[in-house]
Amino acid sequence: MSETAKKALTFQEMLFRLQRFWAEQGCVLQQPYDVEVGAGTMSPDTFLRVLGPKPVRIAYAQPSRRPADGRYGENPNRLFRHTQLQVILKPPPERIQEIYLESLEALGINLHEHDIKFEEDNWEWPVGGAWGVGWQVMLDGLEITQFTYFQQCGGMDLDPICGEITYGLERIAGFLQDVDSIYDIVWAIEPDTGRKVTYGEMRLAEEEQFSAYSFDYAEVPKLWEHLKLYEAECLELLEKARGMDKMDALTLKRFPVLGAYELALKCSHMFNLLDARGAISVTERVGVMARIRTLVVGVAKAYARQGELLAAEPVGELAV
Amino acid sequence: MADFLFEIGLEEVPARMIASAEAELKRRVIGLLERERLIAADAEAKSYSTPRRLAVLVRGVTEKQADASEELTGPSVKVAFKDGAPTPAAVAFAKKAGVAVEELKTVTTPKGEYLAATVVKAGRVAAEVIAAELPKEIAGIYWAKNMYWRAGKPERFVRPLRWMVALLGAEVVPVEFGGKTAGAITYGHRVLFGDAALKLEAPAKYEEVLLGAYVIADVETRRQKIRKALDRVTRTVEGARWREDHGLIDTLTHLTEWASDRSVILGNFEPEYLSLPEEVLVTVMRDHQKYLAVEDATGKLAPHFLAVLNMEANDAGLGVIRHGNARVLRARFNDARFFWEFDQRMPLKERVKLLENVTFQKELGSYAAKSMRVRELALGLAELVTSRGVVVDAVALDEAAVLAKTDLTTDLVKEFTELQGIVGGLYAKAQGFSEKAAAAIYDQYLPESMEDAVPHTVEGALLSISDKADTIAGMFGLGLEPTGSKDPFALRRAANGIVKMLAESVPALPLTLSEVAGRATPNEAVEAKVRAFLAERLEFYLREAKGQAYDVVKAVLAAGSDDVRDAVSRAEAVTSMRGSSDFEAVSAAFKRMKNILAQAKEKGETFDSASELKDVHAAQAGLARAASEVGSRVETLSVAHEYGAALESVATLRPQVDAFFDQVMVMDPDANVRSGRLALLASIVKSFSGIADFSEIVTAG
Repeated sequence: MSETAKKALTFQEMLFRLQRFWAEQGCVLQQPYDVEVGAGTMSPDTFLRVLGPKPVRIAYAQPSRRPADGRYGENPNRLFRHTQLQVILKPPPERIQEIYLESLEALGINLHEHDIKFEEDNWEWPVGGAWGVGWQVMLDGLEITQFTYFQQCGGMDLDPICGEITYGLERIAGFLQDVDSIYDIVWAIEPDTGRKVTYGEMRLAEEEQFSAYSFDYAEVPKLWEHLKLYEAECLELLEKARGMDKMDALTLKRFPVLGAYELALKCSHMFNLLDARGAISVTERVGVMARIRTLVVGVAKAYARQGELLAAEPVGELAV
Repeated sequence: MADFLFEIGLEEVPARMIASAEAELKRRVIGLLERERLIAADAEAKSYSTPRRLAVLVRGVTEKQADASEELTGPSVKVAFKDGAPTPAAVAFAKKAGVAVEELKTVTTPKGEYLAATVVKAGRVAAEVIAAELPKEIAGIYWAKNMYWRAGKPERFVRPLRWMVALLGAEVVPVEFGGKTAGAITYGHRVLFGDAALKLEAPAKYEEVLLGAYVIADVETRRQKIRKALDRVTRTVEGARWREDHGLIDTLTHLTEWASDRSVILGNFEPEYLSLPEEVLVTVMRDHQKYLAVEDATGKLAPHFLAVLNMEANDAGLGVIRHGNARVLRARFNDARFFWEFDQRMPLKERVKLLENVTFQKELGSYAAKSMRVRELALGLAELVTSRGVVVDAVALDEAAVLAKTDLTTDLVKEFTELQGIVGGLYAKAQGFSEKAAAAIYDQYLPESMEDAVPHTVEGALLSISDKADTIAGMFGLGLEPTGSKDPFALRRAANGIVKMLAESVPALPLTLSEVAGRATPNEAVEAKVRAFLAERLEFYLREAKGQAYDVVKAVLAAGSDDVRDAVSRAEAVTSMRGSSDFEAVSAAFKRMKNILAQAKEKGETFDSASELKDVHAAQAGLARAASEVGSRVETLSVAHEYGAALESVATLRPQVDAFFDQVMVMDPDANVRSGRLALLASIVKSFSGIADFSEIVTAG
């Protein structure tokens, strides 16, 4: 890569550039969601906003936790928690691919000096009843982005469909800085001292400790208990949501479908921890996944219904 | 006459779907033009594709359909005219035909006099027909996976459609699909050419114009360019050769729009990685990175890789791309090495108990349970073949069966699932198990397709057969049989594998389908189903893998389908005899005999050889004598599996068979005579049905 690009971009500058780029494309820059998620898609800013007819343009960096991928900080390419930059465009603009390629140029990647391929890669999250078709974008043999045309969510067809671009920030940074270990990525440089703050300095301890927590310390019976509690509360809310059709406007708009979604996400995270802990046999696995699917899909349906009912309300009545 | 060009511009189409879609588009466009009488039957057509386009160019398209005249027949004259005046029936017919009543003609048919009219359908302009009909053809193209992209979900297609070109001569045909109207504008390579519009002046210019825009639209040209570039780059390393991989080259051809000498890079990796098994390195390169492997003059893997780019660049640019690809591969190899070393901290033997936690199938239990079933089955089959003279290393087979599935618990297999079995075999070898045990584990999933090799050892074949038979029997026991196009557990493939191994293993495995089915399950009903399923796959094997004609397969399997090798030899013998007119004549005679016998049976006739009269017809006696002689010869030859010679003997019966049917009437009025003749035919049919049911052979006459 060109020397300027190598020098120029720290991890955080890369994020700034991508955020600025997408802000200029009309995206609202959202902050990361503050509940554990395994991928940017699971943030309600994607999972719930893709539902319904309302146009959305939003971008956010999402720390994504995958306990089973932890390697105690010893593997230079794998992380328990990595960062995705998630871009949601509903409906997708016609030039979405070209705009995406421009975003790479914004990172200083000169497309004439690299090999870019869009290779088929269809995305699916069965627990969320969600899938889409698309590509993994390969840059000189490195998968840097998952590009998806979201087709279904919560088991419901999307209309309009949604374009979803997910950048793997650590991968791209490693590529731009040409380092062999994620932990050597320069996160920031102190301008006055010139001191380089690395990814390792910022995150290695987390990787070590959370790997140890999820593989060795997490208490299995308690994790099951947490899972059960979150599930029970979520189910209760979903049960109440069945009465949305009869709610008055105020109760309806305040009905915490979003709260139910957080409880479902908690369950998903508990499941991932149990899985990393090796506590879920393959036989159980299917059953637990079905339980979580009930929650996640249930929430999506309730969210869609709430949206429909609210849209049907006369505007005046809402202003209580 | 004009050329017609149609191009669909798309966002990157999955590589695996392009070739068939290109062929289908061509077929559909030609079909449309033929149906609409716009081209001659032998019109020249050529198709193109890249990841971003499908196109077809047809020569000699008529600008306007010829007028067509059609004869319509109407009501009978009797009904159409009353006292010389046209009735409402005549008026209605004339209206329908679009002519005046006076212009109606009368035609004579076997049923009498009828009204008729000649209707001339004016030919339509080609552009109008194409614009009206082509959208349906586009919409009809099959895609393994479709998507919506426009609001309101008006259509589904493989990926969003970006542009269309439809040119008839120099004229645009405004075909509409996916919210676009076709024009004369196409686009070149996204990076190398940029997004400037390219105007096409004439259909025949298509390839040339795109070439100027860094797109090689013709797939074969692109493929050859890629191969040449690979050759060229590989030559920079003394003695090196790239490993042929047609499947990967095909994928890469469909992942690129452009290829040149500067669109392939040869990169290096650290030779220390060569201490990892070649299988692992090649899988990482091929399946995960789509790189071709390079070998040295001795055929050993060399520390290089080849990447095919959808790009070309100067030396500096290629250097950057090479550096990036090498960096990714290094990370991948590092991972693999990490797994390889980490996995071996727990030997396979200790992993046996971990299999209790790996479910094979909910009702069929864990892989530990499966392994025990497979072990018992494999050892049982081993005993059978040993008793028939095959040498089996039962200790190695036993070890292999116990350890076979343990690699499912390793990180390397979790990461590279396509290496299941192979990894187990490699670990077994590294952990000091016998060559034979390791080889059996290594080969346990073979053959994965009809083209794939069978296991290289007897132990491997027995393990593979047992594993597959256990899966099939288990699933059938649960009622999870394949139906129609649904075969989620790939049971057909498993059964094909069993048939192929029984047919092709070296040394031969003397096992019948009944034995395999019988030992795979204690349940008789399931056994019968499995047996029938395997026989059905034998039929498939004979037809698809052995290229045997439908009737030959039917004839041969009617005579027995239990011994796979025997069925293959019989089919081959029958096929090689097919050209012989004597054999065909005898086959036809067998069909006649069977028909006569069937009819006689229906009438309740008795077949009694004892009722034979002394003064039998000479032709009957001749046939009886010949049949008995030939019969014993055929039997001897069949026992020796010399079916070719046996069938030649059968064919020698022709003179006697012909004479019999020429001179003798089987259904003689005398019941005794009749019964004797029927008995002769019945005994002939019976004694010659061991090789094939010849009456199934379709003869030319």
